This record gives sequence, structure tokens and C-alpha cells, in this order.
Amino acid sequence: MLREITIGQYYQTDSVIHRLDPRVKLVATIAYIVSLFIVNQVWGYILAALFLAMVIKLSNVPFSYMIKGMRAVILLLMITVIFNLFLTPGEVLISLWKLHITKEGLKIAIMMAVRLTFLIIGSSVMTLTTTPNNLTDGLEALMKPLKVFKVPVHEVAMMMSIALRFIPILLEETDKIMKAQIARGADFESGNLMKKAKAMVPLLVPLFISAFRRANDLAMAMEARCYRGGDGRTKMKPLIYQKRDYIGYIVLLLYLGLCVCVGRLLPVVLAAFI
Amino acid sequence: MSLILDHVNYIYGSDTNLAVKALDDICLQIPDGQFIGIIGHTGSGKSTLVQHLNGLLKPSSGAIYFNGQDIGDEDFNKKELRSKVGLVFQYPEHQLFEITVFQDVCFGPKNLGLSQKEIELRAYSALKQVGLEDEYFYQSPFELSGGQKRRVAIAGVLAMQPEILILDEPTAGLDPKGRDEILGQIAKLKEETGMTIVLVSHSMEDVAEFVDRIIVMNKGKVMYDDVPKAVFSHYKELEEIGLAAPQVTYIVKEMQQAGFPVEGNATTIAEAKAEILKAFGK
Repeated sequence: MLREITIGQYYQTDSVIHRLDPRVKLVATIAYIVSLFIVNQVWGYILAALFLAMVIKLSNVPFSYMIKGMRAVILLLMITVIFNLFLTPGEVLISLWKLHITKEGLKIAIMMAVRLTFLIIGSSVMTLTTTPNNLTDGLEALMKPLKVFKVPVHEVAMMMSIALRFIPILLEETDKIMKAQIARGADFESGNLMKKAKAMVPLLVPLFISAFRRANDLAMAMEARCYRGGDGRTKMKPLIYQKRDYIGYIVLLLYLGLCVCVGRLLPVVLAAFI
Repeated sequence: MSLILDHVNYIYGSDTNLAVKALDDICLQIPDGQFIGIIGHTGSGKSTLVQHLNGLLKPSSGAIYFNGQDIGDEDFNKKELRSKVGLVFQYPEHQLFEITVFQDVCFGPKNLGLSQKEIELRAYSALKQVGLEDEYFYQSPFELSGGQKRRVAIAGVLAMQPEILILDEPTAGLDPKGRDEILGQIAKLKEETGMTIVLVSHSMEDVAEFVDRIIVMNKGKVMYDDVPKAVFSHYKELEEIGLAAPQVTYIVKEMQQAGFPVEGNATTIAEAKAEILKAFGK
């Protein structure tokens, strides 16, 4: 049932993307997200789609597997689209009672839907191809400069990676408790909103208890192994840039350059042709 | 009230590169009133198998029949099936959520849409069946000991008055006393109600003492399906898949090899005792 949610999970296989340094992947993901919000032309989105398609192809993670994770965020997507569709002022296209769909609204709605979809798939490519441990190391290394400002970099990175690591565990737990309650005749699907919310109690109470129990166990296990923060902590596998990582950065720069070109130059070129 | 599994297959994660065949062509029949033990190593498919029996998992291929009806049919009443085939999960105490023990046990019958009186009657008798004393009824289930919590959770399923009761590793993580208590209650329950009971376990001692029939699972397949004596006579093969016969079986086997006139197929302590006393002419 819930095993189908793939956000934040690691997909075990071997590929160029899997082997990339986590720092490259983190920087690339952030850069990609920023690029999604800079470009505002159709060409820009086509470029973004092509780049994403290339990375997915290289990552060896089945596209269908990635898409399954999308189901969880469809609601969020729908809300964004509907709000943008009806609440943007401008030239009215269709009027439904008091609601107006405007030309600008339609444009923004489509743009937001595309942006969000790419954003989610883009960031899930990162989590699907990077183990939580690697991700933490990468985050920590990237945030190191912030230490000057007394930001607890190591602790933040550790918290994030634990949170990520707990997503599949808690999903599995949810699945188990859900099944156990269904076996006792619980019904999570039918009924109105009120009834559905009430039906969640037998699921949420045990889930919270189990989350606290697990957190407690983990804290105890870390303490038993003398964990006391990042000071003086060394790594078994320190991050070192390889040749492929530099290539990764170059490809990313090329993509960003193209994005800027598409935004600035293409309209000029096209205008010249027409 | 019988359950029939007809060439059931189940595959986990079929669309990833980690697809695992958890059940491989399972054909089984579970008739009325039997006490069945399912044993197998971790990952042998025991838990997956029992989750098929009340329709929580849908077979990838094959069919399951409950009283002659295919439970995979669109119009089959799954809710009724789940009240008739009660499934107690591993670590069932993790499913407790109500404010009091009594209210928690009421959850199952309440979902069946019974009258308040009937719900309370059933909850009361279920708690009595698992041997919980009245003084605990209105305590929070989270204040009880591990063994008591587990009995409350089992009562939660019993209160639905199933015809088949399936227990997935009911003794996991309990101390020897808690273990004996739970197994004793299950055996008593069987004696009193005559219901069909399926006990999943990886402890041979647990099952050898009580069950009429043992199903050995290995790598998603049924390896043996016979009476305990016959199954444990394959103790060499069982060892190869990481299982073993009960310890007393080894003792009588060794005695037999050492030249004592005992028959080396005892599976319970009581049987072994009788054999040994007989051998010494008492």
C-alpha cells in the first residue's frame, strides 16, 4: 500500500549518477531548481526537461518507479494549479459563476505545474541515487563555511539525514499498523472527511508511539557508541573530487549557460528570423 | 469453514530491480478445527503467506477460496472475511491505541457494527479468554507489561470471534514465562472453542508441543506439510535450511544411537519422558 511512496528513498543500483560526489549532486539539484524559476519561456522548459531526462536515463532508475512517488504530491500540485488558475487577475477567458479563468492565470498555472513537477522529480533523482550517509557528508561539506557564523553544521546535517533515513522506516511501520488495524475491521477509505479523520486515530497513535520509541533507541545507540557531535570526528571515506565530478560540474555549467542563452538570446534570434 | 490456496504466487517490488518472489506456487488446504504450525526461517515467506489468508495481500497470481468463494472476486465481502479470519500480527502490542484496555479490545467488534451490549460482551469474554485479570481492564494499555500487552492485543482480535485465528510469531520478544503463558492460553483456547488455529513461529519447541500439522516454508515454497513426527524425522534437511527439530528429539536420537532401546522420534518432552521410562523398564 504505502510502499509505493518513493520520495526520499534510495534506489540501489549502479550508475554514473550514483557514483557522483554528493556535493556535485547537491549543487546540481539546487542549481536546477533555481534554473526552473529563472526561465520563463517554453524553450527554457524544454531544455530543463531534456536535462532531467538525460540525468534520469543515466541514473538507471526506472522512470515508472520515480513517477510512483509523485502520487503523494498530486494534491499539492492540484491546489497550486487551481489557485493560480482562478485567482490571477487579467484578461478573462472563461467565466464560471463568480470565478474567472484568465489568460494570465492559465499561463501561470501551467508554468507552476511544470515547475513543481520538475522540481519534485529533480530532487527525487538526488535522493534516489544518493545514500543518506553520503547525502549528510555532502551537506556537511557544503555548509562548512557557515561554521564561522557558529551554525551547528554537523548537527544540522545529521538531523537531516536521520529524518531522511526515517521516512522509509516510518512508512513501513505505517503500512504494518494499517494492516493490523484493517485486520481488526478498521476502514481507512470510505466515509466523509470527518469520518476519515477519525479513522486515522488508530493509525496515528501507535505510529507516534513507535516513532518516539525508535528515536529513543537511536539516541541510545548513538550515545552507546560515544557519539558527541562533529568536533574532531574523522571520516572513513572522506569526500574527494574525482574526474567524473569535474565533468559533472562542467555539464551543469553548460546547462546553466544554455538556460541563460535560451532566455536572453533565443527571442532575439527568433525575432530576427521572423 | 475452510481455506484453500490454489497455486498462489506473490512477488514483492515487481517493478524494481529488487523484485523478490515471496511466495512460489503455494497450494494448501486449511480445514476446520485443525491446529497448524507454520515454521520457516526469516524471509521464508511465512508472514507473507498469512497476510494472504485474510485478503490483506493480493496474490500476484493464483486464487484463495474461503468456503468455496474466491476472495479475490470484486464483490467478495472482505470485511466479513477479516472478521472470520482473525490475524494477530507480529508484535501486536504495537497496534494498541485506546485510552483503556477494554476500549481497545472493543475496537474490533465495534467495526463489525454490533450493538453496544454485544460489543462489550465480546470484549469481556475475549479478555477472559486470554486470561487477563479484571483489575487491568480500565488501565491504559501502555502501562501493562510486555506479555500483558500482547494478550490484550490478541484479545482485540479474538473479540471479533473469528473462526480461524492466525498468530504471527506470538511469542517473539517475550521472556520464557510470558512465552509459556501465551502458548498455554492459545492451547486452552483451542481446547475450549475448537477453532482453527494457525501458529507461525520459528521455534520448534513452540509448535511441536501443540499442533496437529506442521507446514515448513523455505524460500517461498512449502517444503514439508505433515504431522509433527513426520516433519521432524527430516531433521537433517531442516538443519540445512537453518531450522532444527526440538531439542528432545536430539536427545532420544542420541540415546538410540548409544544403544538404548528407545524409539528416536519423540518430539515433545512428555513423549520423550515416556520413551525413556519405558526403556528403563518403568
